[in-house]
Amino acid sequence: MFQSVLFYLFALIMLGAAGGVVFSRNPVHSVMFLVLTFFQSAVLWLMAEAEFLAIVLVLVYVGAVMVLFLFVVMMLEVNIEAAKRGLSRYAPLGIGIALIMVIELIQLIWLRGQGFSSTGGFAATPEGYSNTKALGAVLYTEHVYAFEIAAVILLLAIVAAITLTMRKRPGIKVQDIAAQVAVRAKDRVRVVKMDAEKKQ
Amino acid sequence: MIGLEHYLTLAAMLFVLSIAGIIVNRRNLILLLMCIELMLLAVNFNFIAFSRYLGDETGQVFVFFILTVAAAEAAIGLAILVVLFRNKQSIAVQELNTLKG
Repeated sequence: MFQSVLFYLFALIMLGAAGGVVFSRNPVHSVMFLVLTFFQSAVLWLMAEAEFLAIVLVLVYVGAVMVLFLFVVMMLEVNIEAAKRGLSRYAPLGIGIALIMVIELIQLIWLRGQGFSSTGGFAATPEGYSNTKALGAVLYTEHVYAFEIAAVILLLAIVAAITLTMRKRPGIKVQDIAAQVAVRAKDRVRVVKMDAEKKQ
Repeated sequence: MIGLEHYLTLAAMLFVLSIAGIIVNRRNLILLLMCIELMLLAVNFNFIAFSRYLGDETGQVFVFFILTVAAAEAAIGLAILVVLFRNKQSIAVQELNTLKG
């Protein structure tokens, strides 16, 4: 019972924060609401006993990705009024589509989903079960190739982000380390043979 | 008690809310990226709920990979956004008509 109350409370906060992301007028507020949404979903994942992923969500998402969003939002000083002009025109369409979809999905889950009825709650996990240990045991054995590909994808993201945003400005004075290292003495110093000059 | 249906319903609501966000905020590219993040979060909810329901950790492994790919996508998307802003001084979607698509 207490768990149900907690679930509904956190779910309500999460949906409210998601609404704040969508409908707030200031992009900085949107990012803050997004942080709140991710935090609440981490709590809900904890309640579903996915502890490792909940902590990863807080550390990686809230800690890194959301801060990246915040950097970009604050760096690109966007004209809020210009960006929000289309809100009222498309709002009825968007809300209508959303309502239709959510009604369909909910009736699909609650009316057609009798095969997986779990209104008694999730089955209890066995004694001494460790989510992190179980996840690691699966991740490093069955899914190890996918894990390595994920690592390569992250590397690719780093390389792509750096190559996209790095720019060479013409006309600024910087050292070219490679050229400095590759230089040979004979390129710089020219030994000239010439006759000694007569003293006057 | 809280079961699978509750989590699935919550995920459906979150997903639909982010779809509404994409339709409503058609002007601002950053908000579109944020709504995509919300959609991925809703999908992750489904994976977590089914993983718990079936007692199988594979769903959580999938969530792990989705988080990885979403982080990469956010990084590259924001980098593209920065370059776009540098070139056009604007990130409004309706001004992205260079390709005449």
